[in-house]
Amino acid sequence: MVNAPVVNAPVVNAPAIEVTSLTRRFGDFTAVDSISFEVAAGEVFGFLGANGAGKTTAIKMLIGLLAPTSGAARVAGHDVVKDADSVRRRIGYMSQRFSLYEDLTVLENIALYGGIYGLHDAEIRRRSSAMLQSLGLVDDLVGRLPLGWKQKLAFSVALLHEPAVVFLDEPTGGVDPITRRQFWELIYAAAARGTTVFVTTHYMDEAEYCDRISIMVDGRIATIGTPAELKNKWNVPSIDDLFVRLARPA
Amino acid sequence: MNLRILRVLLRKEYLQIYRDKLMLRQMLLMPFIQLFLLSSAATFEVKTARVFLVDRDHSATSRGLVDRLHASGRFAVVGASASMDPADDALLTRDAGMILGIPAEFERDIVRTRAGSVQLVFNAEDGALAGVTNSYAQQILAAYGRELGATLRPVVTEAPHIEIRTRGWYNQELDYKDYMIPGILVQLLTLVGTLLTAMNIVREKELGTLDQLNVTPLPRSSFIAAKLIPLWSIALAELAAGLAVARWVFGVPVAGSVPLVFLAACIYLLVALGIGLLISTMVDTQQQAMFVSFFLILVYLLMSGLFTPVRSMPEWAQMLAELNPVKHFIGIMRSVLLKGAGLTDIVRPLAILTITGTIALAFAVRQYAKTSA
Amino acid sequence: MTTTLGAFIVKELRHILRDRQTLTILLLMPLIQVILFGFALRSDVRNVRLVIVDPFPDYATAALSSRFGAASRFRIVAVTPTMRGVEPLFQQGKADIAVVFEPGFGSRLGSGEPARVLLAVDASDPNTGTTMLFYARAVFASYEAELGSERGRPVRIVPATRMRFNPTLESVNLFIPGLIALVLTLVSALMTAISLSREKERGTLEILLVSPLRPWQIIVGKVVPYLGLAFANVLTALVAAWLVFHVPFRGSVTLLLAESLLYSMVSLALGVLVASLTGSQRVAMLVALLATMLPSSLLSGMVFPIASMPTVLQVISNIVPARWFIIIARGIMLKGVGLEYLWRETLVLAGMTMLLMAVAVRSFKPRVG
Repeated sequence: MVNAPVVNAPVVNAPAIEVTSLTRRFGDFTAVDSISFEVAAGEVFGFLGANGAGKTTAIKMLIGLLAPTSGAARVAGHDVVKDADSVRRRIGYMSQRFSLYEDLTVLENIALYGGIYGLHDAEIRRRSSAMLQSLGLVDDLVGRLPLGWKQKLAFSVALLHEPAVVFLDEPTGGVDPITRRQFWELIYAAAARGTTVFVTTHYMDEAEYCDRISIMVDGRIATIGTPAELKNKWNVPSIDDLFVRLARPA
Repeated sequence: MNLRILRVLLRKEYLQIYRDKLMLRQMLLMPFIQLFLLSSAATFEVKTARVFLVDRDHSATSRGLVDRLHASGRFAVVGASASMDPADDALLTRDAGMILGIPAEFERDIVRTRAGSVQLVFNAEDGALAGVTNSYAQQILAAYGRELGATLRPVVTEAPHIEIRTRGWYNQELDYKDYMIPGILVQLLTLVGTLLTAMNIVREKELGTLDQLNVTPLPRSSFIAAKLIPLWSIALAELAAGLAVARWVFGVPVAGSVPLVFLAACIYLLVALGIGLLISTMVDTQQQAMFVSFFLILVYLLMSGLFTPVRSMPEWAQMLAELNPVKHFIGIMRSVLLKGAGLTDIVRPLAILTITGTIALAFAVRQYAKTSA
Repeated sequence: MTTTLGAFIVKELRHILRDRQTLTILLLMPLIQVILFGFALRSDVRNVRLVIVDPFPDYATAALSSRFGAASRFRIVAVTPTMRGVEPLFQQGKADIAVVFEPGFGSRLGSGEPARVLLAVDASDPNTGTTMLFYARAVFASYEAELGSERGRPVRIVPATRMRFNPTLESVNLFIPGLIALVLTLVSALMTAISLSREKERGTLEILLVSPLRPWQIIVGKVVPYLGLAFANVLTALVAAWLVFHVPFRGSVTLLLAESLLYSMVSLALGVLVASLTGSQRVAMLVALLATMLPSSLLSGMVFPIASMPTVLQVISNIVPARWFIIIARGIMLKGVGLEYLWRETLVLAGMTMLLMAVAVRSFKPRVG
């Protein structure tokens, strides 16, 4: 657990994500209201919140798709505003919407992203055949794959360049329980290799799989900690109950 | 710019274009359909005008006039009456396009005073048609007058006479098709360059794949180059296909140098692509992209001299037209293809195109980098 | 059921009102087009740039040159003794017509021999070329007439020309009816096709199809807001045409609006048909462009007279609804005629509407699985 600010620590031990007073306003509306938290390297961090709580806005700032109104964030050791390019090199991202090219084949998609991250042809060939094998996929147009396969493929492609941090925005939306379980196995495997996983989800059982979670309510982080700590602290039997209690304060 | 990344991206773009069979078919068919439709439909030439005759004279001279109209092949008498009322009605129902009214004593006037008058009433609902028909009719009247002058009273002394020969340069047969086709090719390039570019980029926005690319370290310049190069090459291929169809199917003469046409097209496409890129930064959906492109292209084309000559426009519109890249490119295409103009003849419009092209593209790239960051 | 339909129409209206950009363009488009057509697009030929090639200037060539100089339509850009240098002027687009006198023009004219002159015109635009020749001939004819005696001169047949319904041949008067057709097609057919196919693409159409709404109600709900928008556009175009350009309204405005409504329905039915036959937004857009916009602008007589087209296209133009609407709109606006002259065209449009609506509703049946 990294709770104290790490000022003089060497880069190796630096948190994978470090957010200080990050804020984003759209006109009068404050979508993200001065949030601060840290995620340690190699952690599986669950970023929870109801729809419209500001999760997607926060992620978009962390991956450099949206400029913060104020505050700062460092991802993989680099400032997301000043050093966006270095951040981009070291992260992977899988959005809520499936966003590989459906009119390209599996291998063509892999070759595209491999090429963008500067992998050599031989390396791309090696990694893609390994990926096809481990996922049990055949090379076909991506548009023809069932949704579960698409999600697993998108995750694998997000990990293709072995990023330090991978951001998953509702990766298991709409897939069946078996595929969801398989998907989490992939997440654990990635974390075991040292990749930090930052994941948002609506499934509270998935929240229990995370090392630590935070719950966002109205643009602020209402609570943060390990699932066990939080259940203790708020005296609730499950994260599901905690979520309902925080997200709908009555 | 990283050439390896560019190669990877270009491969992706070409694969996607190749897989999009519908789009591909459309792009292949477009030159043919447009050339065929526009070149045969876009004409003001008058084939046969339907004439309603009100002959109150019933003389040999009035019949002679009607015969001359008939013989020209451009006029057909569809009805006749002694009074104007049925004739007027024929105009209202569009059964006739023109009334020829010959007054009583037409022949007598001509014999006595060597001058007579007739009445020509046109249905000017279709202004262009009426104007052209009118000039045909006037020519026939003048010719008939000369003929009558010679027979009516033999020439005694030689009167001063000017013999006018005319020659229509660059389009001997006065074929409207020859004039329209270079313009149609320009329109084609504009559509491919602007509309398809905007749609292509916005489509990735809509699908979410653009965000996916934006979180990678992919340089903006490589992305833009990879988007523009394929469309640029497609547009040039369309031009080649269009020129071939024009030359061998429609028999349009190609008087000037084809490489020069392509040089101008390469430069012009910078503007067209730049505008497409700019539109993509302003809109979020393909529907909007289509509307904005459509609207801009329409204004550009209308103000370019494609359909009506720029010099007939009012001063302010002519000044605006100077800023219109489409106008300059149409001018170049017509000069080179029809008049055989060389590089030195088109230096000025070419320079203007180069400048506007560079500015448009640079501005679009800057704007793109701004909105996507 | 009517309240359900009402709610659905309100939802559709919200969609349209929310997309400010498209809305702005849709509302501005007819206005800008009217202004462009009215001010900028004229096909009359003015300011003809003339080159005089006069190898041996004499009294006659001087007189003719000064006549050309005085004619308001002509502007002399160069006087040269030889043909050299004329061609480049044409190629650079700096001259439109060349008057080439033969050597000894004046003395031949004086002695009664035919004096020869060549008029070389840039005919790359055949219309403009013909018109310029026409003007130049007139200058010669008037000079000839002045010189000549009564004898042996041709008989003058003076035509009293009247351009009924549009005496000044104002192009804006002619374009406005076509413009209305084009805007109606754009809004009714294209927008409907795209908006319906977008719902199809996103899967929201399935939700509507399993709702208690009947297919025809879904179509009506989709179509009514666009009908409103189309109407707003017609009014803008008409008011602009009337206020700015004083385009005449000789007939009944009510009839014109009713006919516009009828034409909108044909276009809407076409749009629905296109959407139900195609799979994606892009395909719908392309098909709608090819099937509605292209024929409406080219084969309708809006700009180019149908009578000038090859027979095949004339036959095809009969199935283009815009053709009939333009006849009606011109008839009402310029000729001031009513249904007694336009019933045939109205019947054609009504028939087309019924046919297309029937086919569209049929092909729009909910297809499950």
